[in-house]
Amino acid sequence: MEPLNNNKLSTAKLFILAGLLLLATGMLFGLTGALQYLVPDFIKQYLSFEKIRPLHVSSVVFWIIFAGIGSVITYLQQYSGKKIFSALLLKVQFGIFTVSVLAILVSYCLGIFGGREYWEFHPAFALPIAIGWILFIINFIKSLGSFKKLPLYVWMWLTGLFFFLFTFMESYLWMLPYFRNNVVNDMTVQWKSYGSMVGSWNMLIYGSSIFLMEKISGSKKYSHAPIAFVLYFTGLFNLMFNWGHHIYTLPTYPFVKHISYAVSMTELFILGRIIWQWKSSVSTARKHYHHTSYRFLMAADIWIFLTLILAIAMSIPAINVYTHGTHITVAHTMGATIGINSFLLLAIAFDILKDSCVPLAKSIKWVNRGYYTANLSLLIFWISLIIAGVLKAKWQMNDVKIPFGTMMLKLRPYFILFFVSGISLITGFYFILFPLIRNQVICQFKKLFLKKEAIEDNVSGVFAMD
Amino acid sequence: MAANRQKLFVLIFLLVAFLSYTAFLYSDLPVKYNSAKKNEDAGKLVWQKYNCNACHQVYGLGGYLGPDLTNVHSLRGQEYIKAFLKTGTGAMPKFYLSDEETHSLLSFLKDIDASGKADPKTFTLNYDGTIEQ
Repeated sequence: MEPLNNNKLSTAKLFILAGLLLLATGMLFGLTGALQYLVPDFIKQYLSFEKIRPLHVSSVVFWIIFAGIGSVITYLQQYSGKKIFSALLLKVQFGIFTVSVLAILVSYCLGIFGGREYWEFHPAFALPIAIGWILFIINFIKSLGSFKKLPLYVWMWLTGLFFFLFTFMESYLWMLPYFRNNVVNDMTVQWKSYGSMVGSWNMLIYGSSIFLMEKISGSKKYSHAPIAFVLYFTGLFNLMFNWGHHIYTLPTYPFVKHISYAVSMTELFILGRIIWQWKSSVSTARKHYHHTSYRFLMAADIWIFLTLILAIAMSIPAINVYTHGTHITVAHTMGATIGINSFLLLAIAFDILKDSCVPLAKSIKWVNRGYYTANLSLLIFWISLIIAGVLKAKWQMNDVKIPFGTMMLKLRPYFILFFVSGISLITGFYFILFPLIRNQVICQFKKLFLKKEAIEDNVSGVFAMD
Repeated sequence: MAANRQKLFVLIFLLVAFLSYTAFLYSDLPVKYNSAKKNEDAGKLVWQKYNCNACHQVYGLGGYLGPDLTNVHSLRGQEYIKAFLKTGTGAMPKFYLSDEETHSLLSFLKDIDASGKADPKTFTLNYDGTIEQ
């Protein structure tokens, strides 16, 4: 399995590296946005909040997508023992994605929008992203070869690949007047696509995480076990039908909400299994704790537990009425994207990028400091958002309402806590990201330098012969 | 082999259910298409052009920096909204909207307002966890 994971900077690794850079940048935008909650006119004339928010959201969403692609391509090659079908196709995809993302970020800075929440960029940029994704699907299918006796992670990758394309295209149905003509129709279709889209990239990431877990443990049992497939189909069932919990308060079809409520409750099975497996998870953690990747997997496991409790509670319409539109929803999103997605992707990044010319062991102290700082900060960050959300929910339900601005001022102490823990969260993440990025950059410079030196040696050798 | 067939069967069953659900929703959207809403349609594009959703919510979905605007049209009136659009606030920049854009945006907000109530206090909570609007 290992030979393809050498210290050569492949396109798959480039996807992960670009993702890490997007994460580092996206977090800075996020921190700037958090500061604008406290100092509303901070750099308002250059980057006001309607620019900062999409800069933050798109950067971190593309971190997840880039790193997800890099992980799938690397592990697919390790699974099949063969090289990717077309290295050129992958390079073309990387080029399309990189140019598109850079253009999107620049367009935000210039105040050019036109899309909707989470995909605020001009719809023209959606086309290259869809084309790039189709290239990814072609490369994946051609590289996979046989469809017989596929392990769970390949099922998950295939699901993620096709559902992302479907939901991404679905999220652009608003361009047709038939769908955008009424806000209720528009938002129903929007959240149908978004709800499933998150599930689709989770399939890519969770698939790669299962591959990594098997690699660390050395056992291939789990990815063929019946219970693993039961959990997969529960996840797929939720991906397809639980999106309605985003729009409980929208006057859309009641059956959309009832289906979503019922389907979401099947997640209790996943929660129950996490609790049931807790003891064995702890003993496995002790066994593999020295492994940097495993530590991140373990942190993600704890965040899955916390986020799932919140998600299940929010899926009950009578509770959702209180939490909807408050910072509790933000806490849920942060728990899922930072605590789960980012930690899983970092576990994968450490596995894939560990083979470089600079031993990672030299930086491990800083990585460990970053790990604990990030986790503790995220917990404070998460709690501050939940408290702010509870206070906003109380305000929403009050018969005599104080003005919105006054309510926001009352939340200020929690926004300060959110901002301060945000600084500490970024610091922790930078301790983790820095050695990963630096080592790869140093290696490339060394290679370039050595190559140049070798060429000069050869040239001087030729002259000497003359 | 039998296990693989079972997995495939479950997958096909779920896919058929998902595609049927999707096709039903697309063909029979909750609100019927109204071709007369030209201004409202233009207003939605203005809303997206200036990324209003970054700070404001509609039915509790969107940003958190500004208030939910679902029912702002009936609660505050057009002049109030126009004043905010013209002057901006501490965090909200002046967007320098043209008269046509302002008119379209107001039509869009009026249309959202007419679609329902977003105030969570107006919901009835049932013992089985469901809600009614």
